[in-house]
Amino acid sequence: MADPMKIRAQMKGDVTEVRVLMGHAMETGQRKDAAGKAIPAHFIQSMTVDVGGKRMVDAQIGTSISRNPVFGFKMKGAKAGDKVVVSWVDNKGDKRTDEATVA
Amino acid sequence: MEMNPARRTVLRGASSLGALSALVLAGVLKPTAVYAAEWNKAAFEAKDTAGALKGMGAAASADSKDLVLKVPDIAENGAVVPVDVLSNIPNTTSIAILVEKNPQPLCAQFDFANGALPEVAARLKMGQTSLVKAVAKADGKFYTAQKEVKVTVGGCGG
Repeated sequence: MADPMKIRAQMKGDVTEVRVLMGHAMETGQRKDAAGKAIPAHFIQSMTVDVGGKRMVDAQIGTSISRNPVFGFKMKGAKAGDKVVVSWVDNKGDKRTDEATVA
Repeated sequence: MEMNPARRTVLRGASSLGALSALVLAGVLKPTAVYAAEWNKAAFEAKDTAGALKGMGAAASADSKDLVLKVPDIAENGAVVPVDVLSNIPNTTSIAILVEKNPQPLCAQFDFANGALPEVAARLKMGQTSLVKAVAKADGKFYTAQKEVKVTVGGCGG
């Protein structure tokens, strides 16, 4: 199981700002280890952000996203107290879901 | 002997964002692992920008000033290049980000719905100086914006 995500969701006027930090190696498959053996690719492939029970962002992700990915999103129609649910799945089928509340 | 009650109140910040240091990657290999159904393999595994755009169905696109791509002019560290894309094109439903000279140019594609604004912040890996391209989809059409980022230390090598 991967490390928990860090999720921050804050109201700025009528816009909700959501920031997510995920702990993931995001290995590209291009690198080689000390022995010259290729390190297999291991990266997050999909991510979803649900706010207040509605799917707001549905993302597909590739190897060119940095290690320990950070994403920022903005949405309208959410309010303080709404639940934010972020999930990801990587190319090895590992997955993680974490929650936060809009402040 | 009497214990002196703690006079000091030590408040420790409950959490600090960014201190994700010890990444324990247990080798959880699942032989039955399958790709997420919606992951666009053809686009993500394309080795050049044209192939990635074709895989996205975005081979035909037009430059747009209403698509705002914010990237640094110079990235000291190619492993972490901040990018921010904002689309002012009405009915934008999706934004994709590509790094033209990366081995696999397509970085990510974000689909927005239910009130999500067409704006995204992310961090990219860049192997070398390259154009960064944003592609927005609105009403079934594709719009692009691009900007060069000079990379002094690559982020894709060993």
